[in-house]
Amino acid sequence: MITATNLTKRYGDKTAVDDLTFSVRPGVVTGFLGPNGAGKSTTMRMIVGLDRPTSGTVTVGGRAYVDQAAPMHAIGALLEARAVHTARSAYDHLLALGATTGLGRRRVDEVVDLVGLREVAHQRAGGFSLGMGQRLGIASALLGDPEVVMLDEPVNGLDLDGIRWIRGLLRSLAGEGRTVFVSSHQMSEMALTAEHLVAVGRGRLLADVSVAEMLASTDSGTVRVGTPYATELAELLAGEGVQITSSERHVLSVVGRSSEQIGAVALLHGLVLHELTPQRATLEEAFIAMTGDDVEYRSQTIDDTSRRAA
Amino acid sequence: MSTEVRTTPSPTRPVVGTREVTQWRVVVSEWVKLRSLRSTLWTLGAACVALVGLGVLIAYVRTTQTALDTGPGPGTSDPTATALAGVNFGQLAIGVLGVLVVTGEYSTGMIRATLTAVPRRLPVLWAKSAVFAVVTLAVSLVSVVAAFFGAQAILSGSDLQTTFGADGVARAVVGAALYLTVVGLLGMGLGWMLRSTAGAIAALFALLLVVPVVFGLLPASWNDTVGPYLPNNAGQAVMTVAGDGSLLPPWTGFAVFCGYAALALVAGAVRLVRRDA
Ligand SMILES: Nc1ncnc2c1ncn2[C@@H]1O[C@H](COP(=O)(O)OP(=O)(O)OP(=O)(O)O)[C@@H](O)[C@H]1O
Ligand SMILES: [Mg+2]
Repeated sequence: MITATNLTKRYGDKTAVDDLTFSVRPGVVTGFLGPNGAGKSTTMRMIVGLDRPTSGTVTVGGRAYVDQAAPMHAIGALLEARAVHTARSAYDHLLALGATTGLGRRRVDEVVDLVGLREVAHQRAGGFSLGMGQRLGIASALLGDPEVVMLDEPVNGLDLDGIRWIRGLLRSLAGEGRTVFVSSHQMSEMALTAEHLVAVGRGRLLADVSVAEMLASTDSGTVRVGTPYATELAELLAGEGVQITSSERHVLSVVGRSSEQIGAVALLHGLVLHELTPQRATLEEAFIAMTGDDVEYRSQTIDDTSRRAA
Repeated sequence: MSTEVRTTPSPTRPVVGTREVTQWRVVVSEWVKLRSLRSTLWTLGAACVALVGLGVLIAYVRTTQTALDTGPGPGTSDPTATALAGVNFGQLAIGVLGVLVVTGEYSTGMIRATLTAVPRRLPVLWAKSAVFAVVTLAVSLVSVVAAFFGAQAILSGSDLQTTFGADGVARAVVGAALYLTVVGLLGMGLGWMLRSTAGAIAALFALLLVVPVVFGLLPASWNDTVGPYLPNNAGQAVMTVAGDGSLLPPWTGFAVFCGYAALALVAGAVRLVRRDA
């Protein structure tokens, strides 16, 4: 459980994080979403006590980070910037970190195998590729068997294999009841892994919703119907609160009738249908609808946004 | 690299009683860090070679010079100072190591991992200092003792001979090792204060090498009163067998020198705790 309350961070007169209040629950993967410079990494640095909030608080498992007796057990973090001495081997890096909490070679061996770094574990971390560096960062994060796993852009630099591995890893960590908090500016990635989303823009909270809710909120309710009997069908469907438009031959866009209703009407009148598709927004579109409005990132609910976008 | 990865995060939960971070565990962690960097070995090795090699070399040069020795300046007639001739170079290596142990973490980003593991931060500073001090003291002590006996072996039979038991000699030799250790701690303090390798090394060398020269240019009355308290001069007192009166008493001088290192460490500790990593 991560709980941020009115969390604010200013660097000089630049406000990186602006009055964020949210919590991240255990048992699900929570995506931390926002465009570049939204304040995701800054928030994460504050969560692990590296940066001090200008105001507000953030706790992990109900405790401020400095008050954690066993910090590596409370939370394991992969930060955006590398946090490894380039001249030290991956193995010694993990050994040194583990030593602070009483972990020895056995646990280091386990996480080295877990992230697939066995063969290069004794090489200088400075010589690692981006993907190997990410794997080492993930190994460091998992070292203390943490209740909360927090990863800043974990798929950066990973190959397809690695990306698929991360997705599985995140889900199984959440499945074990851990809190999993993962940042990304790639909506498509979040759509595949996250169940819940905390979205920020310019340091402000834009949304704290489940992925399902977010998709539903931007669902326009439009159904695309393909039929050679477009005119006949349009007449049959017409009624109170129903809008029908047609931008191509044999294709109708229907608002106000569900695909089930349309299908039933077509069957009843023996009209052939070639296509019957509810037009759902992709998560990407939902996100753009919510954050793309660049005029001002007001703290707003999903409903406001979708209404304005519609 | 292997692409074979398991998807279960921790097949066996680590077997540990308690995972609390303790000062001792942080000490162990810092020891692992220090011994796992090749630069530690190289720098300490360089210090060793400078201390022993120069001590023996200068002793040898002295034996060839005694006949034509003209000026009885300090050092020329002091066999202990001859044996400790390498300290001036050794201190640079050890000072740089002290700086690097700290600033290497900042330049590579390691500090973020370190402080995430030890959020209270100060235990890291204490542990780093303690591990570094013990290792440096051990290496310096072995080196200066070796340098002393090596030099004595060469000087034996000449009128430059002395013994370890002679008045002030043992104190000067051990004092040299202590001085070197505190130079390293001063370097660490500057590292915590400045967080930059170049900056901290420049500051350290300025304190040790430049400040004495600058003060030498000042009017004699100033230099006479302030001079002995300058870091370098205060530190030298403890490894000088018989001062020429321009230095503080040995342990007073050493205490003053330790004061500088303590000041730097405290200032570094304040920055460490107060500022974002
Ligand atoms: N140490 C710092 N000093 C000054 N400004 C900073 C600092 N750290 C971050 N910022 C600023 O704060 C804002 C938020 O940055 P942050 O790195 O948290 O964004 P982000 O959401 O992680 O972006 P990205 O997706 O690009 O990683 C940016 O405008 C950045 O320039
Ligand atoms: Mg970022």
